[in-house]
Amino acid sequence: MNDPNTAHPQADPVITVTNLIKQFGRFAALRGVSASFDRRRLYAILGDNGAGKTTLLRILAGLVRPTRGTVSILGNADPREVCREFGYMAHPSLLYDEMSGMENLRYFARLYGMAEDSRCAASITAVGLDPELQRPVGQYSQGMRQRMSLARALLHDPKILLLDEPFSNVDIRSAREMVKLLAGMRAQGKTIFVVTHQASLLDGAADEFIWMETGLIVNRTADRKFMETA
Amino acid sequence: MKKAFPILALLTAVFLSYALYEALVVAPREQTMGDVQRIFYYHVPSAWTAFLLFAINFIASIQYLVRRNPKSDQIANWIVIAVGVLTSIGAYVIRPLPQDVYPSSIVTTALAIVGLYFLIKRLFSEQATDILALTTAEVGVVFCTVVLVTGPLWARPVWGIWWTWDVRLTSTLVLWLIYVSYLVLRRFSTSGQTPVLAAALAVFGALDVPLVYFSIWIFRTQHPQPVIGGGGSIDPRMLHVLLINWLAFLCFAFLVCWSRYQVERMQREVEETQALEALLEPGGNVR
Amino acid sequence: MSAPSGITRATLTKDIRLEWRSKDAINSMLFFALLVVVVFSFSFDPEAEESRHIAGGLVWVGFLFAAIVALNQTWARELRNQVLDAYRVSPAPANALFLAKAVGNFIFVAVLEALMTPLFIMFYRLRALGPAWQLLPVAILGTWAIVVNGTFFAAMSLRTRSREIMLPLLLFPVTLPALISMVEATNVILVGDPSTSAKFWIVLLATYDVVFTTGCLALFETVLHAE
Repeated sequence: MNDPNTAHPQADPVITVTNLIKQFGRFAALRGVSASFDRRRLYAILGDNGAGKTTLLRILAGLVRPTRGTVSILGNADPREVCREFGYMAHPSLLYDEMSGMENLRYFARLYGMAEDSRCAASITAVGLDPELQRPVGQYSQGMRQRMSLARALLHDPKILLLDEPFSNVDIRSAREMVKLLAGMRAQGKTIFVVTHQASLLDGAADEFIWMETGLIVNRTADRKFMETA
Repeated sequence: MKKAFPILALLTAVFLSYALYEALVVAPREQTMGDVQRIFYYHVPSAWTAFLLFAINFIASIQYLVRRNPKSDQIANWIVIAVGVLTSIGAYVIRPLPQDVYPSSIVTTALAIVGLYFLIKRLFSEQATDILALTTAEVGVVFCTVVLVTGPLWARPVWGIWWTWDVRLTSTLVLWLIYVSYLVLRRFSTSGQTPVLAAALAVFGALDVPLVYFSIWIFRTQHPQPVIGGGGSIDPRMLHVLLINWLAFLCFAFLVCWSRYQVERMQREVEETQALEALLEPGGNVR
Repeated sequence: MSAPSGITRATLTKDIRLEWRSKDAINSMLFFALLVVVVFSFSFDPEAEESRHIAGGLVWVGFLFAAIVALNQTWARELRNQVLDAYRVSPAPANALFLAKAVGNFIFVAVLEALMTPLFIMFYRLRALGPAWQLLPVAILGTWAIVVNGTFFAAMSLRTRSREIMLPLLLFPVTLPALISMVEATNVILVGDPSTSAKFWIVLLATYDVVFTTGCLALFETVLHAE
């Protein structure tokens, strides 16, 4: 009968994009991306530089408006309406260098209307860092900084995670721990998008690999090896 | 455009020549100032033309901001009508008014602006209002420069000074500064939403000008200054020449705006076509 | 509403704490303020009788230049590490951020003015012959006028090249009426002629503040998200 381990066939995909086009002057970053993404999945978005991966993520986060095309996140056409439901992380840390991790998170918690510190400490612990650490974030190693940035993205327990190059310049051990963490969150029901150049890190963890090239999605597959030999 | 433009250009050239003749030869010689006063027929119509162009820019900027969202568009419509009505009532109720300002001229200006708002709304699409804003700003700055140059040229031989903190001249200077900064913003902006930023600046500028006028007016009551252009009533023959010149200037401004508008519109079409080509190009880039 | 004011307060405290810790902006700013006063004293001889009459203008122009330097670094910390993106994706209202930054700048510039004023008084031997208490509303309203527009245009110039020159370029024309009012009011109070009153100017400053604070609050969200 119904296998409880199989994902319940979702009637509504969590994110749908239709014919997304984004142009910066004459440069077309996205040239008509159409796709839908389901809940409880970890998607790895791969591609060369300039393929449009970051632009796609920024449009999903509501930071950039598409030139043409539509986005639908949780049934909403404007990502900013549902900004509580997603967390965003980019290559810059999006943190204040002069404050400690806990102070940073306390401030961002206020932006989400959370007055207590408990979630801040929980987030920091979840990414494997020490909430008590007083050192300012500017003095962290890259790996610690990326993890703290991830903690910030997780702070308000969002349903969707949009992560742009979370593993870049991070040591292998920290990166593997982050991947384990992401897989765990996917099991809890989150939908996760990871843009990365280091596809091998996500072998075994990602549900689907999405390959982008010059502004289009050219391939989607669950098996990365299959894609590479093609 | 191809057919009408040369005809209109020719007509305008004729009209301008006629207006110049009227100003230099036909208009009566001013008693105290002499022939130098004839620069008045250049100075004042330029000012009125510049103000009209900036008013159009203000309207176009507001429309660009509010028409992005149907609800704000509706609200803006009602606000414009309300402002028109209130200004007309206020013109007859508020006392005292600054010198040379009459209730009827205030009402006419208010109604003209309201009329202009809805006319522009009807004639121009959302994107076209941005082109209109850019065009009127550029041409307006040119006419405003004429005002600021002819003012001192007139003042020097007549009153012996190059400049004075006269209400109108100072307000014109501020207007000029604001719109030059508007053009600089347009040129220097790296954002994809330059029209939005520029429209916001235009709104700020429009809020600023009445305050400038008012502050200089109060300043002047405390520090009396010579009034460039004089006060009081004007000889009807001079008024006649003035209006002819204004009409000629308006025709000229219309021609320049029209061609600038077309150039900008075509430029944008070219860019859009190139952008569409880039979509199809496999490299994502047009060489 | 408690939520936005909470965010404003949190942002303001964070900014003050960060500034207190690094003190890099405030130290250079204080020194710059001192330099401005000294340069003005050399350029406009305090001994000369005329300087006494234009002292009001000198003081405010000095404040304006110091304010520009302060305003230019309003968003510096948010630009580093693209923290502004984190704010934009959060549900926090843009105006809460604006108010926090504007109030923070107000405090900053007020500190600079508090330093520069005694120096000006000393160098120019200023004495208020009129009602000196009126200088307080002039100072508060005038500083707010510069700061509220300055914060707004600083945000606008984030989206332009030559950021540091765009701010004064955009700011100066728009603040002219406020500047006239501040200077005239100060001169009237210093000179103390009983036939003149600074009241008109104070009312005009208040009107200016209301108009432009409303304008900034209405348009800031648009500017923040204009990428």
